[in-house]
Amino acid sequence: MTRAPEAPLLSVEDLHVTYDTPTGLVRAVRGVSFELGREKLGIVGESGSGKSQTGRAILGLTAPGGQVSARRLDFEGTDLLTANHRTMRRIRGAGISMIMQDPKYSLNPVMTVGAQIEEAFRIHSKASKQEARLRTLEMLRTVKIREPERVYKAYPHEVSGGMGQRIMIAMMMIPEPDIIIADEPTSALDVTVQLQVLAVLDDMISERGMGLIFISHDLNLIASFCDRILIMYGGKVMEECTAADLGQAKHPYTRGLLNCLPSLEGGHDELPVLQRDPSWLTSPGVPE
Amino acid sequence: MIDIQSLDVVFGHGRKVFHAVRDVSLHVEQGQSYGLVGESGSGKTTVLRALAGLLGRVARVSGEMQVAQELLQGQSRSQQFRRRVQMVFQDPFGSLHPRHTVDTILSEPARVHRLDRIEQRVVHALEEVGLDASFRFRYPHQISGGQRQRVSIARALITDPEIILLDEPTSALDVSVQAEVLNLLMRLKREHGLTYILVSHNLAVIAHMCESLSVMQNGAVVETMSVQQLRDHSPAMPYTSQLMIASLGYDRAAIDAFEEFG
Amino acid sequence: MLAEITLRNWLLAEIPQSKSQARCQRVYISWLAFRRNPVAVIGLLIIASLVAVAALAPWITASDGLELHLSERLQAPGSEHWFGTDELGRDIFDRIIWGSRITLYIVALVSIIVVPIGLLVGTVAGYIGGWVDTVLMRLTDIFLAFPRLILAMALVAALGPGLENAVLAIALTTWSPFARIARAEALTIRNSEFILAAQVQGVSTAGILLRHVTPLCLSSVIVRLTLDMAGIILTAAGLGFLGLGAQPPTPEWGAMISLGRQYLIDQWWVPTVPGIAILVVSLGFNLLGDGLRDVFDPKSGG
Repeated sequence: MTRAPEAPLLSVEDLHVTYDTPTGLVRAVRGVSFELGREKLGIVGESGSGKSQTGRAILGLTAPGGQVSARRLDFEGTDLLTANHRTMRRIRGAGISMIMQDPKYSLNPVMTVGAQIEEAFRIHSKASKQEARLRTLEMLRTVKIREPERVYKAYPHEVSGGMGQRIMIAMMMIPEPDIIIADEPTSALDVTVQLQVLAVLDDMISERGMGLIFISHDLNLIASFCDRILIMYGGKVMEECTAADLGQAKHPYTRGLLNCLPSLEGGHDELPVLQRDPSWLTSPGVPE
Repeated sequence: MIDIQSLDVVFGHGRKVFHAVRDVSLHVEQGQSYGLVGESGSGKTTVLRALAGLLGRVARVSGEMQVAQELLQGQSRSQQFRRRVQMVFQDPFGSLHPRHTVDTILSEPARVHRLDRIEQRVVHALEEVGLDASFRFRYPHQISGGQRQRVSIARALITDPEIILLDEPTSALDVSVQAEVLNLLMRLKREHGLTYILVSHNLAVIAHMCESLSVMQNGAVVETMSVQQLRDHSPAMPYTSQLMIASLGYDRAAIDAFEEFG
Repeated sequence: MLAEITLRNWLLAEIPQSKSQARCQRVYISWLAFRRNPVAVIGLLIIASLVAVAALAPWITASDGLELHLSERLQAPGSEHWFGTDELGRDIFDRIIWGSRITLYIVALVSIIVVPIGLLVGTVAGYIGGWVDTVLMRLTDIFLAFPRLILAMALVAALGPGLENAVLAIALTTWSPFARIARAEALTIRNSEFILAAQVQGVSTAGILLRHVTPLCLSSVIVRLTLDMAGIILTAAGLGFLGLGAQPPTPEWGAMISLGRQYLIDQWWVPTVPGIAILVVSLGFNLLGDGLRDVFDPKSGG
């Protein structure tokens, strides 16, 4: 299915997130810019690279004490920087939604699975209880949960990690957002389960023509799952490329990351170690 | 060097009984790096802990284990064993006492085994893992994850061990730090003639570090093979094949072919 | 001035050169965090004043507060007697000051008994588990079940009145919650990897309890102790009030209230001033305890 070229869903220009701490200013994100269309964009980086902070800043979920500024932060025509409380509440869930790392901590432990998903649905639509229940069961089936009725009545601690993440996906997808931000959604899962969960996400995103921002530290996974990749380090974007072109990446940080990964094929030789160049932090990064 | 025969580990009683390890056997030669790979719940960490004698209070352990000709009795271990066999854990923050300085952490094994020249050993161990003496009096929360893991490794070297059990030593580290730590582990093994058992869920790490491996699932060994066989893509068991495919990355078509095992 | 700067540099140095320097640095950083809470600092000042007053008693009082001056009984607060005099003509100000020593004595004695016992019972029960845990916790429950004042009264009735016996009675009824707290911490810690690491090293159980488990229980126990302190002082005052604690003529604040209570209407200062003293000190301990709890919260890395 071909789509005519259209305006991007999300435009981020020169995003900064700064925290004021007792030991000084911490610049978590320094001038990140990118656009997101109906595609899977991966943001990869190590800890402290600012990738999670970027995702949270888009949704206005930066922790208290953090200052967010940008030249432009636009979602489908709405300016997210100046949006008021009500507008943001409308956008969160129905416009942009977020899937987080560990369903143990992001699902409410004292509510049944069904109740939580229904709540997510009814916040953004005026459906009746009956309708909400039907939609919830349908959603559970869509995320490949085999016994939706049983899981509907279950509590989060009664389901496995992989199922918990699929429940999270169901919950976040039910208000039919245009963009999903997934922050390390599969890092807490086993490798085969990871891929199964991502397959569910993949199918839903292509079917609905959504945009996905996939944040992870796993370069291999992002390269094989996403369409485009942003590599972050020290709060800045070091390189931007398509997943297919990752092998030809030019920035020394990206090359360093690629080279230092052990592989099944590789021998027992020493892994080339990433040499951090301090100039990466001061150079302007990828210009927009 | 290390011989495990029919190891069984059972947690809990009555209805809540859990067979964490079922009839596991493996054999590690001296100077070898042996990998134990599996997903969560496979029992790989439990095998390591049973070998280290850490399960006394919480589980029923049966089977025979022999380390360097010393037959291990139950879950208690001799002074000699504790000196020769060391362990490095997964969580770099969790494996260092938050209120102890690096110096205290490193001195403890020396004190327990009544070794001499403690201070020198501490400084030497720090050097061996690439940390300078300025780290001696820092607390764990003042140093980075990679540095903490190095301290863990330094602690394992203090008693001049022969065997080091490594429980997911790099899983909690950034990729670039992982490379450094893996290189460090390889160098130390060469220089000290160590024997390793490396537990990991990451096939690539195991393939890089080890010569032989056992694949575990649901407490049992599914397959034992050499790393060469792994590289030749000739695992005999479908579970291992699936694990291999999964470790290569996202492949939509391949995922549809995934089976549910046990 | 120069000494101050170098001390501060030493405390904030990047690379500590010794274990004691590292420890002092940690204490200093906790102090900086503590200092940011004005209410907690007030608590600290109150307690510090208590200690100072008790130490300087011989110099700030005119008498030892025990002499009778029957011609001067029940005089209102004035220039000669700042807090007035009691029914036996003793200067109340002096008695309050000397009484502060008794209050501190009670506080110190109870702490010395209660903290080690609580830590020992709690950490052993929590770490070793099994039947040891069950037995120790049932023992703790037995002591926890007694209402403090009643048990104290019974003990004092059996052992005879007197300050030391009162303190013993209070200690016996106070140690249980500390054991509970220490046990809770021990239970959380005992499966941590650093404990496993110590076991792998072959550290003995006693060594693990002493060097690994106990240091992590200390903060909760200390916070609980300061928060309980108010209750301890009040119980001692209560016992004194009932005539079961410090015996006359000892200027114990509770006993002062008891003996002065009949004068409450016309000579209000006789029971009220010691009452205010108890109030202020209890408040001080509470505020200090709150402040310490905020500092020791694990999230702040203290």
